[in-house]
Amino acid sequence: MNDLNPAGWRPEMGPRQHPAHETAAVHTATGNRGLQLEEPLIFEIGAPGGCGVDFDAVEGGPADALAPFVRKAPLALPGLSEPETVRHYTRLSRQNYAIDLGPFPLGSCTMKHNPRLDEKVARMAGFADVHPLQPVHTVQGALKVIHELAQWLCTLTGMPGVAMTPKAGAHGELCGLLCIRAALEARGDAREVVLVPESAHGTNPATAAFAGYRVESIPATADGRVDRAALEARLGSDVAAVMITNPNTCGLFERELKAIADAVHAVGAFVYCDGANFNAIVGRVRPGDLGVDAMHINLHKTFSTPHGGGGPGSGPVVLSEALVPYGPLPFIAVEADGELRLIEEEDAPRDHPGAFGRMSAFHGQMGMFTRALAYILSHGADGLRQVSGDAVLNANYLLRSLEDVLDAPFGASGPCMHEALFSDDGFAAGFSTIDLAKGLIDEGFHPMTVYFPLVVHGAMLVEPTETESKAGLDQLGMAIRSLAERARAGDEALKHAPMLAPRRRLDETLAARKPVLRWREPA
Amino acid sequence: MTRYFTKDHEWIAVEGDTATVGITDYAQGQLGDITFVELPADGAALTKGASASVVDSVKAASDVYAPVSGTVGAANAALADAPELVNTDPEGEGWLWTMTLADAGELAGLMDEASYQDYIAGL
Repeated sequence: MNDLNPAGWRPEMGPRQHPAHETAAVHTATGNRGLQLEEPLIFEIGAPGGCGVDFDAVEGGPADALAPFVRKAPLALPGLSEPETVRHYTRLSRQNYAIDLGPFPLGSCTMKHNPRLDEKVARMAGFADVHPLQPVHTVQGALKVIHELAQWLCTLTGMPGVAMTPKAGAHGELCGLLCIRAALEARGDAREVVLVPESAHGTNPATAAFAGYRVESIPATADGRVDRAALEARLGSDVAAVMITNPNTCGLFERELKAIADAVHAVGAFVYCDGANFNAIVGRVRPGDLGVDAMHINLHKTFSTPHGGGGPGSGPVVLSEALVPYGPLPFIAVEADGELRLIEEEDAPRDHPGAFGRMSAFHGQMGMFTRALAYILSHGADGLRQVSGDAVLNANYLLRSLEDVLDAPFGASGPCMHEALFSDDGFAAGFSTIDLAKGLIDEGFHPMTVYFPLVVHGAMLVEPTETESKAGLDQLGMAIRSLAERARAGDEALKHAPMLAPRRRLDETLAARKPVLRWREPA
Repeated sequence: MTRYFTKDHEWIAVEGDTATVGITDYAQGQLGDITFVELPADGAALTKGASASVVDSVKAASDVYAPVSGTVGAANAALADAPELVNTDPEGEGWLWTMTLADAGELAGLMDEASYQDYIAGL
């Protein structure tokens, strides 16, 4: 079948009629499909030695000292002119899918709209062009942004301190665990074990192992939450910390976190909360009130800074009273005269002797700080509260509008938080999550997160975020519903999806087993 | 030779004080196409219940736990080029490693074939 829709058919026009000229296979000499262009690799374009700029010839040979290192064979660089280069990347970008093109329902990733206001603020020269080694008195404005954002993060989480330097969520997790480790070592209490429930994010056990701890898994209950009894039974004097994701990765609020935290504290251990899903509770729940000792906040998710292959992330870590003394360097202090200064190693013996070290060379992701503060100030406290409310409402709308065609394993566990979890239970034999996900590409959407969380077989995790309108949710829901019905009915064509993407279904197994990682000149 | 099974879906075939370890057919079915197997080093000391190996599939990376404590004899070198053996013949050619047992008494806590089949039927 032709992969175009030349008559501009839309679903509301009723069943689609296919005139003969529309269904005939269209052959093109180029392989291009209308304006969807078949793009070769950059090495296959242009001519060897081609170049976009005209360099002056180098006079004389290289200095004698360099002579032994002179390249004997030519560099195998692509030879492209400037327009060829521009077109190559622009064509590739047209085959890409982006949050600026449509919904990006990747569960656990919070792919929401990046407000243009925040982008504009981040590009202001006073923020964008500062250098981390500039004298402190010349960057007071930039430091004020970091300081003000830090205060907002403390207020929103109900925590007394925050380490701003971690560069992403997992980096923040490591920072939190190193604080916990430093606090334990300071009281001469070496502990070996970190407990991680099955409903936690996959990075949590990796972080704990990286920080030198032995990881023990705690099972989830049938309703998708931490098994509190199993966790409390395992607590003891060898446990350094418990890492809990709240809301958890099944999209559920861990209702017993406070009671769990009390039990953890009673044995002298700490509570690390993975705050990656803070978007669902911002303005409504303060993790500090739930007994959390450390929690990272993904600025790139909750406070909407670009991410998802584009990065960079930013993962400040809020800290409890017990952990603040061990937070990393550098951080910002306010002088009596209102001047802001950076507490670095030379000041640490006097001002912050417990610091465990530092997480990054400089002061964190400045570009993310400006975007996050612009996001917070433009929304205001009431706006942030509405963000979490709308994110949860949108996820529940999808959950309830699709649970008649898709199995919702925790649908009976009450409302979900920011993401709706489905499974492929009920699909015809031989059909699974991957078929629905690939079909979603034909429907013009980025697929949802698949096969995660691991506690659910054939998981599909859908996170619409608060930035989708009801009309947008209805269209996504219609596409998922249609695919779910096809998978239940055993529509063989779905096993071949995507049919309309630039490439058909790829052999992911072969790609992983025998990866081709570089281009080689054909022999 | 006696074959035992764990709740984490490893099998261990024991002969005297040596044994061969792998993952069950049920486990490979759950994981999907296996793309890489990270094996323990020859001579490595294993602790019962601790992670000894990692199996990567198109869906996930999963730990394989030592069914009992002991010392690794040899890892299955064929898996480096053909990890798909774990899919096609998980309880034969797709074995992961051989080991000598530290304490044969640890086998008492494992399941036999019939109990394992009952166990997975209830999952």
